[in-house]
Formats: sequence, C-alpha cells, structure tokens
Amino acid sequence: MSSHNTRTFGFETRMLHAGHIPDAVVGARAVPIYQTTSYVFNDADYAAQLFELKQYGNIYTRISNPTTAVFEERIASLENGTGAVAVASGMAAQFVTFMTLLAPGDEIVASAQLYGGSVTQMTHTLKKLSIRVHYVDPTQVDHWAKAITPKTKALYGETVGNPRGSILDLDALSDLARAHRIPLIVDNTFGTPYLCRPIDWGASIVVHSATKFIGGHGNSIAGVVIDSGTFDYGRFPTIADPSPSYHGLRFYDTFGHYGFLMKVRAETVRDTGACISPMNSFLLIQGLETLSLRMERHVANAMAVARFLHDHPRVASVSYAGLPDHPDHERAKKYLPKGPGAVFAFDLKPGAGDAREAGRKFIESLQIFSHLANVGDARSLVIHPASTTHQQLSDEELRLGGVSPSMIRLSIGLETLEDLLWDLDQALSAVST
Amino acid sequence: MGFGSGAVCSINLNTALDREQRARYQDPGVIRDLLDTCRTIAMVGLSADRQKASYFVASYLRYEGYRVIPVNPRGGEILGERVYPDLLSIPDQVDLVDVFRPASECPSIVDEAIALHAKAVWTQLRIVNFEAAEKALAAGLKVVMDRCVKMEHGRYGGSLHWAGMNTEIITARKPLRLP
Repeated sequence: MSSHNTRTFGFETRMLHAGHIPDAVVGARAVPIYQTTSYVFNDADYAAQLFELKQYGNIYTRISNPTTAVFEERIASLENGTGAVAVASGMAAQFVTFMTLLAPGDEIVASAQLYGGSVTQMTHTLKKLSIRVHYVDPTQVDHWAKAITPKTKALYGETVGNPRGSILDLDALSDLARAHRIPLIVDNTFGTPYLCRPIDWGASIVVHSATKFIGGHGNSIAGVVIDSGTFDYGRFPTIADPSPSYHGLRFYDTFGHYGFLMKVRAETVRDTGACISPMNSFLLIQGLETLSLRMERHVANAMAVARFLHDHPRVASVSYAGLPDHPDHERAKKYLPKGPGAVFAFDLKPGAGDAREAGRKFIESLQIFSHLANVGDARSLVIHPASTTHQQLSDEELRLGGVSPSMIRLSIGLETLEDLLWDLDQALSAVST
Repeated sequence: MGFGSGAVCSINLNTALDREQRARYQDPGVIRDLLDTCRTIAMVGLSADRQKASYFVASYLRYEGYRVIPVNPRGGEILGERVYPDLLSIPDQVDLVDVFRPASECPSIVDEAIALHAKAVWTQLRIVNFEAAEKALAAGLKVVMDRCVKMEHGRYGGSLHWAGMNTEIITARKPLRLP
C-alpha cells in the first residue's frame, strides 16, 4: 500500500471521476442532487466546531453543498488547482475574488479586452468600493508593467480575449506578477481547462463563467474560482491579517494554501450570498463529463468556419487566433495548442449602405445560428457586440476593447460543419442583395 | 476510520519538496497507515491560543477520535489535556509526534521521539529538516514532512472534499465503511 497506488490520472479520467466517490450506503454512480438548504449537526460540539471552521463540513447551502462540492473538486482537479469555490455566475466569481483580495484604495491592472460585463463591474461597481482599475493593451507586457503602482494588488486578464481573440502572455504576466508579489488572475472561460491551464503557466487564481463551455449546453448560469495554492499570501493583508469576522482568525496562517479559498467561501460568499443552486452544480458536472469531446469538436468547427469566412468575398477580416494572420497566432500555438477556443469575431466588408444595418440584416438572415447573448453553448450562436454585450461601454472603451460597429461575434457549436458553412454563406449573400 | 484503498492522483499538492523527496517523506501509503493506526498524538508546539493553526489541528483531531497530548514549555492545560514541557516527560505511550516548531528544533525533537519509542514523526507545512528526518528513519520511525495532519486526515477521510478542495483521490470503488 505504498507507491503502487500513486498514479497521475489523465484529464479525461478526472473529468469523469474527480471529486466523486460512490456513496458508501446507496452506491449511486451518478452524482446525487442534494437539494437541501441545511444539514443536521452530529451534536452541539460539532456544530460549534463547524461554525468556528475547526471542522470541514456542511452547515448551509449558501456556503457549501455536497453536489456543488463534487463540481468544485472536479474543476479544481482539471485546472490543476488546490481547490475551488463555485458561485452563482461568472460575474459573481470575479466579484468574490476581488472582494476577498482587495480593500478600499487598492488597484487592479486589467486587460482592456474583456467581456463588457467584466469591464462595467470593474469600472463602476468596484469604483463605489474605492478600488481603481487601470486598463492596458493585453498584448503589451510593458504596458502592464508601467501601470503597476505600489497600490496594485492583482493583474487580471482573459486567456482568450473577448471578442477579438487576443491571447494573454501567461508566462510573461505571471513573471511580472511574481516580481511584484501580487496574484495573476486569469479568466479561462474561453480556454477551458482542456485547451489551456493557466495555473500550469504560473497564474495564481483562475475564474470561469461556468455558464459557457463547462456547462456546455446553455442551461445554467454559474461561475467558479480556482486557486493554484502556490501564491504566498504571507504579506497579503486581506488574507494574512487577523479577520475581524472570525475572532481574529488568520486564514493564511491557519489554512495554508487553502487560506484564500476558505476566506472566499466562509466570508465573501457567506456575506454576499452569491451561492450556486445544487441543481445547477449537477448540470455543470454533466457538462464536465464530456468537456474534452465537446471542445475537440468546438475548436475543429471553429477553425473550419474561421477559414471559410477568411476566404469569403463578403468578409473584411476574421479575428481568430487559430488563423496564421492573427497577431497572436504564435502565442495561441504556445498556450492553446489544441486550438484557441470557439468564440471569435469577424467584420463584414463595407458595402454601399450602413455598417450597422448590414450587421442587422446578416444576423436576421441566419437560420441555424441562434441570435442571443451567450457563448459556449452546444449550439452555434451569433451577436452584434456593439449594440448588445458591449453596449454600456464608452467609444474609447470600445476602441480599446477592439469592438467595431460592424463586428459580428460567433460562438461555434457542435452542429454538422457543412450546415454551419451553408447558413453563413446564405446570410452573407442576403446582406448584399 | 476508513481511509480507503483508492489510488491517489498526485498532481498538485503544495510542498517545498521535489518529486523524489515527496516519495520518501510524503508517501500516501505511510500517511494513510499512520492516520489509521495512531491513536495518541503528541503535538510539540501546540498553542493555547484558540485562533492559532496548531489549536485548529488539535481540536479537529480530538473530535476525530485521537488523543492529543500538548507539549509546550509554558505548561498548563489545553483542550482538557495536561501540557508537558518535553516529549520525555509524557508518561503514556505516544504513537505519533506532530511538530509545530521551527525546522532547526527538529533534530532534538527527533532524538526525544526515538527515546520515547514513538511510531512516527510528522512535521507540519513548511517545516523541513532532512537531517532530522533521516535520523528518525534510520531509527526505524516512519516520517512525514511538510504536510498537515488535519489536511491529510480531511483529505483521506473525506471532509476536506466538503470544502471544495482537491483531495486528488480518484476511485470508482464504493467505500467499505462509512467515513
């Protein structure tokens, strides 16, 4: 019973097994849905110990839940993290991360090419909490370096930028973060742990909108925070200092590499109430069980659609890092060798009429692509970012974010490739008629 | 206790040790065996401060059915047990010596553990002293280094999983007994 039972299991094995041991009594093979708000305590002493965080266990589903715990351990395993906390949405995941790490007066340096909702959260909601954000061109590492001040407490970017497909230089940014003793937080929603694991490249914290490829079927809103367990929070006041909401408990000293996540769960999620429903956790687990298979088809279809559009006479440009003419193509090969995801944007060729009107006509002519505000569904999706997802951004933010008025964003699904190409072709023809 | 027989997927546990050292000082088989067979744990450096990491570990282990004997020159009583100034003053059989003291104190603690006929010496996270570890091994003691007893117990016993942590245990086998 020694080294013979130590094995490094593969990604696909962990997709199916990590975090779930069949129940000792019932033996249910599928993960049961624990649709309960609360949990009966063993005895009064145990209850007190749970509330003091001296025991690991379940108190209330706002803080933890057995179905959710399977999802959390599974995604932590797939991202090569030390643990995870699942929350109500991707926006909640990034918010609880910031609320745990930051204090009033702190600053973040963030990529300018982020999901529009992330930008508004940082620019407006964090501002109300006296936290400032400096946006930089994500591809220019020296811009990140110049924006760091003594108040900077984190770097934030997306593995694959939304919507122009820029690729974060994870190696260089994790070196930069390490040199400043601050965590690099990476939103890996478009990458998924199958295509890229930012922790392997030195990221400290990974966040996801699990609503997208992790769930994979467009049925549940969810988010998750994963910690690498490698960042030294010893001199990071919010994690290392005695916590007034736990009788002076020092989370890093007491829980070591679990300290950050314990604080996310026991303080921030407890207090913000951004918890996930057990039913949604169950649906995400179903998604994870086929992640590798779906992502292989997503990126294969995306690559073929990108090539098709690239060569189409009515298309001006395609922003997919899988194409050799994308400025971040080499970086995509390094960090996402299986393919840079399945979400990308393209611009229609300027015609005689108005660019916005052409975009509207194109979207309304599509038969198979669903026009809606989401990505990462099993079905193919389309949207016009300038008037929808990125609508609240200023012109300057739109320009920095790489969003043009004529830009169309696609999320390529798992349909028959020829049907997707047929649909795009007929809609492009409709624009010019 | 039921610490299972499932394989361990050792991919990312935070440690200062390299792969070879982990095989020698963090063997999952040794860890599970110690958690299963030890009943009395002497905790060198256990603090009486309720919010100190050592107190968290001690109260957890006590609830899980272990007897925890505090060793601390300050004396007194912690968690209902008399505090002894050193290991050799403990009149009872000690199975495991758990170390919450700086690495530099490990050699003398190991000497006492050997004299006490303890089964094993375990040093907590970031407490690494190879010389002391080798001395204990040479004397026939089991050694675990740079690991937390509570975390490992929670990992194999299943409770750490409730906190969403990566226990790295992969198995399709139904546990034989309730954890």
